[in-house]
Amino acid sequence: MMAPLIALRGITKTFGAGPAAFQALRGINLEIQPGDFMAVMGPSGSGKSTMMNILGCLDVPTSGTYLFKGHHVEQLTRDERALLRRRYFGFVFQGYNLLARTSALENVELPLLYRGEAKKVRQEAALAALRRVGLEDWARHTPAELSGGQQQRVAIARAIVTEPEVLLADEPTGNLDTERSREIMQLLERFNRDAGITVLMVTHEADMAAFARTTIKFRDGLVESIENHKQPVDA
Amino acid sequence: MIAMLLTTLGLAMREIRRHLMRSFLTVLGIIIGVGSVVTMVTLGNGTTAAVQQQISSLGANILQIRPGQGFGRGGGGTQPQPFEADDVAAIRQQVAGVVRVAPQVQSSGLAVRNAANWSTSIYGTTNEYVKAQSWSIDQGRIFTPQEEQAGKTVCLVGATVLRNLFRAESPIGQRIRIRDLSCEVVGTLKSRGSSFGPGDQDDVVIMPVKAVQRRIIGNQKVNMILVSVDPAYNSDAVQTSIKSLLRERRGLGPNKADDFNIFDTRQISETLQSTTQALTALLGAVAAVSLLVGGIGIMNIMLVSVTERTREIGIRLAIGALGREVLLQFLVEAVVLASLGGIIGLAIALAASVLLSPMLQVPFLFDPTINAVAFLFSAAIGVLFGYFPARRAARLNPIDALRHE
Ligand SMILES: Nc1ncnc2c1ncn2[C@@H]1O[C@H](COP(=O)(O)OP(=O)(O)OP(=O)(O)O)[C@@H](O)[C@H]1O
Ligand SMILES: [Mg+2]
Repeated sequence: MMAPLIALRGITKTFGAGPAAFQALRGINLEIQPGDFMAVMGPSGSGKSTMMNILGCLDVPTSGTYLFKGHHVEQLTRDERALLRRRYFGFVFQGYNLLARTSALENVELPLLYRGEAKKVRQEAALAALRRVGLEDWARHTPAELSGGQQQRVAIARAIVTEPEVLLADEPTGNLDTERSREIMQLLERFNRDAGITVLMVTHEADMAAFARTTIKFRDGLVESIENHKQPVDA
Repeated sequence: MIAMLLTTLGLAMREIRRHLMRSFLTVLGIIIGVGSVVTMVTLGNGTTAAVQQQISSLGANILQIRPGQGFGRGGGGTQPQPFEADDVAAIRQQVAGVVRVAPQVQSSGLAVRNAANWSTSIYGTTNEYVKAQSWSIDQGRIFTPQEEQAGKTVCLVGATVLRNLFRAESPIGQRIRIRDLSCEVVGTLKSRGSSFGPGDQDDVVIMPVKAVQRRIIGNQKVNMILVSVDPAYNSDAVQTSIKSLLRERRGLGPNKADDFNIFDTRQISETLQSTTQALTALLGAVAAVSLLVGGIGIMNIMLVSVTERTREIGIRLAIGALGREVLLQFLVEAVVLASLGGIIGLAIALAASVLLSPMLQVPFLFDPTINAVAFLFSAAIGVLFGYFPARRAARLNPIDALRHE
């Protein structure tokens, strides 16, 4: 057995303080192996996004340990966490979070810019990523000129453009029709299989979760169940 | 490092272009602030300089004694009696604390030389007057004692008259005709520069008092007596002595009011000085207000865009930017906008001052300090309000910055 890529031990997250405090995560234990493809499901408000944000180093847990490649993420400085995000993670937000008034192409280029890639490299990679999500014809359009589903696909392109080791996707198909959703799922599947990228995605639809090899069910800030529904091809 | 700076500069410029309205308003705020402050202070300085020049050209502490009551030349009623040459001599001999005493008779007329002519003021007076009024001689000399004694038809000409009657040639020893009088130019007066409006002090011809009395006016009367006071003496005391002397000489009984008046130029200086100070204070206040308005404008724009910008910062952080990279970008943005606004503001202020100075008849004085101060102040406001909200946002967890409302 390989060392887990990610290990969460007793992760809690409390929002607010005093009587208004709300514990969104109440002790999450989870191990993710390199190359996993996991779907995260659960009712609204059960803490899925909160955990994804912590996994993506966008937020810090209130208590517990988060080991990434054996390093204690909860002990890292802000800059070290930023460098982790830069180097290892691709993140698709539930609310897209694209830069306004900025073309799809430039939005997708941005993570490469912070990696210090040259302009030509950035543009080629960004165009390729947009092509993979079927938006190469929309490269010059700003988010305001794109539909919700198109914006979501730009966000996906931005997350995959760096070919990250870990792709965290919070409801990446929430605004897409079934046809598009399937295409995105196939894209993630291909990513996972061909490039060995570890994928974790939140979804409400069992159809989409079926693309993953593992489903994690959340309830009230706790992991309710973990089930493997598909065995690796040669296992 | 340089590559990073270039990248950041590129990012900043792109953000500036993407938010043209926001950038424009920020720049506008700075332009207004810098432009108004620099213009006002520059014009204020010019006015102060003009007034100061006026004051110094009045001569220090001179008493002007005129017939008639109150300010001016008498007003209605019986014609006040003019002074005599003896009054001048009496003041000089009997009043302590006077340095120079000069009679003045005034007339005006056409000065003609060859084909050129110029209508000007003619003062009949003495060398004492020239000295008391601190005129400097440009070419030639002042009158000789014999010329004054005999009332010779010689004259000193002011710069304006000189310019209009003589071209490039030397006027000394030349003759000009005043009224019907042929008169030799013995000296020229150094220009005092134009005063406010019509009071061109250089538009004058000065002749010995006797010459004007006999040959132009035709009587022995003196319109005005000028007295310069020894700075060591109290001017009020000197005025009182002159007053009682003149009352006695003019035979005024104890119940009679003065039929002459003494005007102290020091009063003008004081009035002008306090007026200028008030003016400068007013300009300063207006300038401060416009600087404030500009500053508030910038502040508003920055604060309005804080939500948008905080989200932008959140996005950049989330996809792997370091806090300091984002901050550097915001700093560069603020510096570029502030400098742009500052430079445009300074240019506008320069143009406005150069244009307005002649209209207000004040000299244009470039003041590097106020230019630098206004520029730095506005730039500081721009950078402050551009940078500090950004710094706060960059310290948030990316997810909190993204959720900012
Ligand atoms: N910044 C915050 N401040 C306060 N409460 C928060 C904050 N973020 C999340 N919560 C609360 O934590 C709980 C979990 O939220 P989370 O976004 O993780 O749910 P979710 O499982 O992703 O739901 P959904 O499926 O609707 O996206 C919710 O009850 C939410 O109200
Ligand atoms: Mg969620």
